[in-house]
Amino acid sequence: MYDTVKGSDWLGDQDAIEYMCRMAPEVVVELEHFGMPFDRTDEGKIYQRPFGGHMSNFGEKPVRRACAAADRTGHAMLHALYQRNVRANTQFFVEWMALDLIRDDSGQVLGVIALEMETGEVVAFHAKATVFATGGAGRIFYSSTNAFINTGDGLGMAARAGIALEDMEFWQFHPTGVAGAGVLITEGVRGEGGILRNSANERFMERYAPNAKDLASRDVVSRAMVTEINEGRGCGPNKDFVLLDITHLDPATIMKRLPGIREISIQFAGIDPIKAPIPVVPTCHYQMGGVPTNYKGQVVADDGTPVKGFYAAGEVACASVHGANRLGTNSLLDLLVFGKSSGDSVIDDLKSGTIGLKELPVDYAERTMARLNRLNTQTGGADVNATRLELQRTMQKHCGVFRFKDMLSEGVAKILDIEKAVARTEIKDKSQVWNTARVEALELDNLIEVAKATMISAEARKESRGAHVRDDAPDTAANPNGRDDINWHKHTLWHRDANRLDYKPVIMKPLSVESIALKTRSY
Amino acid sequence: MTTSTMQFKIYRYDPDKDNAPYMQDISVEVDFSIDRKLLDILTRLKAKDDTLSYRRSCREGICGSDAMNINGKNGLACLTEIKDLKQPVVLRPLPGLPVIRDLIVDMTQFFKQYHSIKPYLINEGPRPERERLQSPEEREELNGLYECILCACCSTSCPSFWWNPDKFVGPAGLLNAYRFIADTRDQATNERLDDLEDPYRLFRCHSIMNCVDVCPKGLNPTRAIGKIKEMMVRRAI
Repeated sequence: MYDTVKGSDWLGDQDAIEYMCRMAPEVVVELEHFGMPFDRTDEGKIYQRPFGGHMSNFGEKPVRRACAAADRTGHAMLHALYQRNVRANTQFFVEWMALDLIRDDSGQVLGVIALEMETGEVVAFHAKATVFATGGAGRIFYSSTNAFINTGDGLGMAARAGIALEDMEFWQFHPTGVAGAGVLITEGVRGEGGILRNSANERFMERYAPNAKDLASRDVVSRAMVTEINEGRGCGPNKDFVLLDITHLDPATIMKRLPGIREISIQFAGIDPIKAPIPVVPTCHYQMGGVPTNYKGQVVADDGTPVKGFYAAGEVACASVHGANRLGTNSLLDLLVFGKSSGDSVIDDLKSGTIGLKELPVDYAERTMARLNRLNTQTGGADVNATRLELQRTMQKHCGVFRFKDMLSEGVAKILDIEKAVARTEIKDKSQVWNTARVEALELDNLIEVAKATMISAEARKESRGAHVRDDAPDTAANPNGRDDINWHKHTLWHRDANRLDYKPVIMKPLSVESIALKTRSY
Repeated sequence: MTTSTMQFKIYRYDPDKDNAPYMQDISVEVDFSIDRKLLDILTRLKAKDDTLSYRRSCREGICGSDAMNINGKNGLACLTEIKDLKQPVVLRPLPGLPVIRDLIVDMTQFFKQYHSIKPYLINEGPRPERERLQSPEEREELNGLYECILCACCSTSCPSFWWNPDKFVGPAGLLNAYRFIADTRDQATNERLDDLEDPYRLFRCHSIMNCVDVCPKGLNPTRAIGKIKEMMVRRAI
């Protein structure tokens, strides 16, 4: 729990963090019972490896805590959970895209409007409970480890329905994306002994994090890498990447523990990591913010009361357990714990009669249909692909690993400009059947909401904390690391309506243990 | 020179406007300093003509969505190196499944077969408080099996699956069947073998080995099928 609070730079809510940590062993064992093919120790137990920011005794030294299935833990988990759903006979609506939330005048969520991609049909899913597990929006950045589909659809839907987005200025840049390709190299590589080196072949992390070294928190490692590159110690002809070296590891270990990474490295960097180090750069990876939820997985309004009928879990949600910087492995843990708690909350709320089927408002589909009609009839409009690229380049340039006051305010103006183009996108494809041009245009509607939330929240937060580091909030004696607890130890809430910002306090009171008091963060 | 023109022939069909499928000739400027994979080229083509339709998501060979037939062989666009491709590069949808549009096929039959092998751990014993124990050696039996990404490259390259997609489980389903048979935590080995002991479900496999040839993850369904057959023989004795 201490590691997660420290990793979050004290912006995580301690009730949710305690809940997640307390539930962790139970959900991991449950996953094992579901059939997850974890690696094993000689005693037959689940194999655990060191990971960034995982320490024993309140930050003393690295510890083996990360449960792993080779270097494919996420993939193995996705399949184990899907397989469990096959067993439960869950009905999936495969290749449907949810477009908008349905809310009534009281604010209760009554389902979603969705598009069947195969037929182009638009349908209302009238529901007692709606749970979002829609993932993040890593594609707002030009260089991202994320899949093409990570376009923040859940965030866009929530924002358009009048729900605030929390802490959207905090984005994790993973230290090791393959240079150029952006494909992720897991932190497990450093967990197994991988070392980052600059052009002088120096293990530079020893200077930035003498204790944790290459296994410091991700924000710390990413900043160190960019600093090395900015100061001319990058590698390659353009000195624009550093090297991740595992050539000193036993090839048998690499083949056993990191086979997927070897495959990716050969495929996307043209390098066999057994023989040569992998070129890597910090790459956008994870959104710490999202739709505000409590530890029960219920979406909450600004005053903390649950939004009836609406639940969220995983990257789309902000419980907030990750605060200003997420620890490695906590994303998978988050979605297991809060996926379960949101499901339990749905059952509880149905049993208690808090939620139930209500009549749809008469105009429930109007906004969505207007959006679709506009897109179908637009002429002389903006190109979807070009507009998205401009959005991604703007985010990358103005809101990256290091942030600058002037660049942020310019960035806000640029994003608001791009918003105007997004409002008049045009597609040539008018087919009803599997129209991916339409889907991409609708995804761009969501990306722009996330980009606005991010840029505006980042511009406003005049301190450095976790993954949000700006030049006008440097490391001083009064504010170590540039963190300003007096003015900025609070959560941001961005409202789509007039881009209004509100703030709410960080929950410092855990459920049962003692509060972990504010402290300067170092590794 | 890092740029050059590449020639493509792409299968096109939009049931909303085309009476019949056709092959479209397209040439495209390729910049080899940025474009490495076939998916990079498809992205370029789609930026010019947004009606070109294909599935894609992770672009790193994990989601399996951009499987297609590339110069006569099934593969993932995101893992296919463009430099190695003979021109014109002929792109078709995966064979043997109904085409919905362009390079997008209807995967219903493929997933039906996957679901038919009960792709989940069956263990009705009391749930222990901690994890079920498994030795590293036992766990190793799952290597080469659990990595399957369900892209359907194998099953749609298999002549037996083309003729009997409703009755033959196909290489992907059988590989996954063996993944659970081989798992020491699973208790349904006999039921699983009973289910497959059928002239069609398993025994339509004639070891043609197209599946092994095309698997983008380097897996070997034929070997898994061989192991299932071996277990059937052994339990019959």
